[in-house]
Amino acid sequence: MINKQPVGAHYGWKDWMLQRVTAVVMVAFSIVILGFFMLHGSVSYAEWQQLFQNQLVRILALLFFLATFYHAWIGVRDVLMDYIKPLWIRLSLQVLVCLFLIVCSIWTVSILWGN
Amino acid sequence: MASRPVAPLKPSTKARPKYYDLNLLNLPMPGLVSIFHRITGVAMFLFLIPLTLIILQTTLQSEAGFAAWQGYFNNLVVKLILMGFVWAFMHHLFAGIRYLLLDLHIGVDKEPAQASAKVVLIAGLVATVIVAARVW
Repeated sequence: MINKQPVGAHYGWKDWMLQRVTAVVMVAFSIVILGFFMLHGSVSYAEWQQLFQNQLVRILALLFFLATFYHAWIGVRDVLMDYIKPLWIRLSLQVLVCLFLIVCSIWTVSILWGN
Repeated sequence: MASRPVAPLKPSTKARPKYYDLNLLNLPMPGLVSIFHRITGVAMFLFLIPLTLIILQTTLQSEAGFAAWQGYFNNLVVKLILMGFVWAFMHHLFAGIRYLLLDLHIGVDKEPAQASAKVVLIAGLVATVIVAARVW
């Protein structure tokens, strides 16, 4: 019998797949963002502000950040599962990582729509 | 030819020997790519995610905040730290693309896997140099 742990990987392929899907999303965005900065060079405050007034830019930026946060969650969880063996320490760290990324998600929304 | 009887495998009762070789320089190239993928991932989680959000927030909030970060970016130490993050990002990106290709069974044999590992290590450094040249 498999000894299932509450801090295991949930024994499915969903996270494995999402790790890759979010990676592809980030690669696409990274090319656009890097291309913009490499070609455009320095940006003025007015241009920068203007760019994020665009609702589409905000939504795409949020998508990029959420993909990043979910990707980070799976990655850090895997690292914790590899190196932190005591169950309660691992669970506590995983909860902290989770909470931190949820806070980051809310923070991102407030940055994009709060200004 | 008569086959010899094979003794059934018994689980060993002896404790297995442990050998940790922690010297990264002894790793083959795919191993280096892998451990750097891990280290850069954790480093970006801990530092680059909050840093990016702080920069995005302060540069969008006010012209003074925008000007302040322009000032920080001109600082040599800040630039060097940022180039460290650029390398972390680039290495993680290229190593990640290599893993996606491996998932698709592209380049899983020993020789192409070693060659692609080398490409990833070099591409990360080259991309960092290109960004650095653009920044300076």
